[in-house]
Amino acid sequence: MSDISWTGGRSPARSVSGQQPQGGANLADLLERILDKGIVIVGDIRVNLLDIELLTIKLRLLVASVDRAKEMGIDWWEHDPSLSSGARKNQAAADGGGAAAVQAEAEPAGLTAPDGHGEHDELLRENRLLRERLAALEAAAEPGDDPPAAPAEPAAARKTAARTKKTSKASEASDERDAPDGPADRGRA
Amino acid sequence: MTDDTAVDTAVYLYGVARGLDPAVLEGAEGVAGAPVRALDAAGLTALISTVRLEEFGERALRERLEDLDWLEATARAHHEVVDRAARAAPTAPVRIATIYRDEERVGQVLAEDRERFALVLDRIRGRSEWGVKAYAYAEALQGDDPAEPAEPAPPSPPAAPDAAGGSTGGESAGGGAEGAGTAYLRRRQSQRRRREDAGRRVTAQAQEIHAELGDHAVASRQHPAQDPRLSGHDGTQILNVAYLLDDERVEAFADAARRIDARLPGIGIELTGPWPPYSFIDTDETTPAAGRPA
Repeated sequence: MSDISWTGGRSPARSVSGQQPQGGANLADLLERILDKGIVIVGDIRVNLLDIELLTIKLRLLVASVDRAKEMGIDWWEHDPSLSSGARKNQAAADGGGAAAVQAEAEPAGLTAPDGHGEHDELLRENRLLRERLAALEAAAEPGDDPPAAPAEPAAARKTAARTKKTSKASEASDERDAPDGPADRGRA
Repeated sequence: MTDDTAVDTAVYLYGVARGLDPAVLEGAEGVAGAPVRALDAAGLTALISTVRLEEFGERALRERLEDLDWLEATARAHHEVVDRAARAAPTAPVRIATIYRDEERVGQVLAEDRERFALVLDRIRGRSEWGVKAYAYAEALQGDDPAEPAEPAPPSPPAAPDAAGGSTGGESAGGGAEGAGTAYLRRRQSQRRRREDAGRRVTAQAQEIHAELGDHAVASRQHPAQDPRLSGHDGTQILNVAYLLDDERVEAFADAARRIDARLPGIGIELTGPWPPYSFIDTDETTPAAGRPA
């Protein structure tokens, strides 16, 4: 396993120790290296290389299993600036498959600048909510002490929408003991 | 391999090493918990273990690769084996789930691809991969106004306490001449501008970091940014790059990373390694450092 040899002083969630809780390297670091890197030589068991490439894309867009991924803490599709133009868009890509997914994958994300999309709509909505809140406050003629309640709503709604997206591919992955591949593989090579 | 087992099993290949002492693999657990062994052929050493086709056959693999539990366990086991060997001898990782009928086939492949392996092993000998991630924290992303409350993610609730009566920048949120909403919009706009400026600054800093660290490296390769929660950081990842380093440059490289971390306010650097040179096997996708042939 790789040592975490050093982390900056501002790293709140991780110590400089070499061991991660799960006894190994950060899973994201690991998967980004293991999945689609390394020497490619054709094996006798033909896992189509495209399958692995597709898997990499799927892992990023999390078609496989959103819920399971969240348990693992993999939810970068919600935050990755190159993918975060909206959970809805991701959902569309997941449902529609192909082109959109590849496009998202192709975006160079090594260097990313933080910014929000749809800020204008966001502003208008927040503005409206704030107006309502101010009106309520003025009517009550007393200072409120739970100000964030109203403005928080849009964000909460968006989150909920994101959580509802889910596909069943991985959950359908069942035991396939009844399907021995062996003899076929042996015959082919 | 006897006929009995050959029917149900295959050979999983982790990587190819040169000059590896097989004792290094003693006690190593491979995928599905199988013991790992060395197979010498064509002057190279293959790192292999036996797997059951029930789990690693064509159809089984296709389905299991989509099972994140299985994928994680397999990826970790794959990595453990490659890493163990890479610390002892030049080792070229092979892509996950590369599987052969039997040992004889592995020997054949090593012989056929000997030159290609030799090229890769020459390139990574005496070198290792190091990962650098840079994070921008709230103060680096917010712009100049320290009184502004931190907003970690772009779409987040507005700073309601301010709008409800606080005044940090001399703008009266409850204003008389202007509507409250207009004042709020204006304030948000300037906040957004500051954030955009900060974003540009942070991007420039990421490039600066990359350039500075790249000076120490033989080659580099950018990875996509990772999710903040996954990496355990409250910062925004602005850089995620793998560097291939000569062993003797590692210390200077780590020092440089430390200095950058100390020098740039609001920017944190995380260094991981040594990794087996996963990111530097495929020369097409790596960037050789200027003037230093990879």
